[in-house]
Amino acid sequence: MQISAPALLDVPTAKPMVAPQRRRSTQWLRVLSPPVLLVLWQIGCSTGFISSRTLAAPSQVISSFIALTADGALQHHLLVSLGRVAKGMSIALLLGGGLALLSGLSRTGEYVIDAPMQMLRTLPVLALIPFFIIWFGIGEVPKVALVAVAAIFPIYLTLYSGIRGVDPKLVELAKVIGLSRGALIRHVILPGALPTALVGVRYSLGISWLILVAAEQVNATSGIGYLMNDARDFMRIDIMVVGLLIYALLGLAVDILVRWLERRLLAWRPSFVNAAA
Amino acid sequence: MSNRAVNVRGVSRLFGKTLALDNVDLGIDSGEFVALLGRSGSGKSTLLRTLAGLDAPSAGSVHVPDERMVVFQEPRLLPWKTAIQNVELGLRGERAADHARSAMAEVGLEHRLHAYPATLSGGEAQRAALARALVRDPKLLLLDEPFAALDALTRMRMHALIESLWKRHHLSVLLITHDVDEAILLADRALVLDKGRIIASVSIDLPRPRELSHPGFLNLRKQLLSAIGVDIQAPTFDAADPQGAPDSTLLPRSIVMA
Repeated sequence: MQISAPALLDVPTAKPMVAPQRRRSTQWLRVLSPPVLLVLWQIGCSTGFISSRTLAAPSQVISSFIALTADGALQHHLLVSLGRVAKGMSIALLLGGGLALLSGLSRTGEYVIDAPMQMLRTLPVLALIPFFIIWFGIGEVPKVALVAVAAIFPIYLTLYSGIRGVDPKLVELAKVIGLSRGALIRHVILPGALPTALVGVRYSLGISWLILVAAEQVNATSGIGYLMNDARDFMRIDIMVVGLLIYALLGLAVDILVRWLERRLLAWRPSFVNAAA
Repeated sequence: MSNRAVNVRGVSRLFGKTLALDNVDLGIDSGEFVALLGRSGSGKSTLLRTLAGLDAPSAGSVHVPDERMVVFQEPRLLPWKTAIQNVELGLRGERAADHARSAMAEVGLEHRLHAYPATLSGGEAQRAALARALVRDPKLLLLDEPFAALDALTRMRMHALIESLWKRHHLSVLLITHDVDEAILLADRALVLDKGRIIASVSIDLPRPRELSHPGFLNLRKQLLSAIGVDIQAPTFDAADPQGAPDSTLLPRSIVMA
């Protein structure tokens, strides 16, 4: 059973092994490089080297961002998108988590649930859009459903393999001290599966936004995806860039949120314990 | 029969075609400290797991008290619970927290109650595992090489701790070890298991607390080592039986450390 997100497995970020002196002399480049690019971008646009039909100037993007925020449009679309992701993720957590518990904790559950889940997870979710339009129409339902379907699989796979990966010696110990099955699941199996499952949650959140971009281009009247689509129709490249920026920031925010969750929930892990000491 | 804590009659255990236990009889009186010696693969752990109810015998009868606890070679503490939470786990009743606390105090860990297992030393973790066993008031304590992974000094302290707990709680103890000196230091009786059979039973009646320098020690050690099949004077490797190569941990500590 392979989890499809090896790159996300939580390895404490190691500091790059660069000789200290060399690092000091070149690290200012690191800080300087993005602003220089930004300035070049601005100059390119101002001199007309980059056509305004290709890319909007940073200054223009900033003023559009301010304008969109001032009239509340951006906040509105952002809230709608956030709501869709929240609904989709909640469904995915409930359904994916529930299915993983059933197939992780019982043989019968595994036989019934695991094989279809393993088959379904290989489907490209975006290919389901036409089906979802036929099944659910063009309202909110297909958008939330797409997010939910895409987010279910990482949650299911990681929780299932987390449950199966719990140290059998700890399970045996639970038997020795006479824990009930409920207590075994609550105190031993679920906490043991949590680190792996959180990787799935992080992955799911990332996918949710990805899917939402596509889902919100289907007959939406609100949401960040709609904002961008609408801007495209009017050739408002500046607003399209604002949309991109929002997506990037959201991705970052989600990552920060999950890292914070990990620090709270996995405080017992040696890496965190040592960092706190 | 009434003061027998453990009564095992004719127990055999087959794993596939391998006979791990071969018609074993074992009695442990209540309050008796029995050490079980043997090479790796002699069936020691299988016998302990049978007594712990973790493994069912293929044949024979096993009578053990319901109140029995195991301390394994690894402490097996849940890493996501603090030391005291590990000790308390599964306890019921209002006074559970108090009992857990006093068990931790008894093993000398009252200052580490809220430490996560990852921050405990090997000896501390094993003491927490002991506290977790003690708090359940066992009549029979099964110890599966609980000191094997500890350093020599920590092991000496653990020996003293086990001996005092055994006395105070009137426990019956079965200690699995492959350290002959450990068996002589702690046990009332040492059994030697080989190929699933108990091939020797040696009573140890040295006065407690026991010292390695006691004149009776050397004789007992010789007796037990020869029962296990290790000749101190000239360790021989039986070419026909590669499994029979002497295990370095079976050598008396004085030789190993010299």
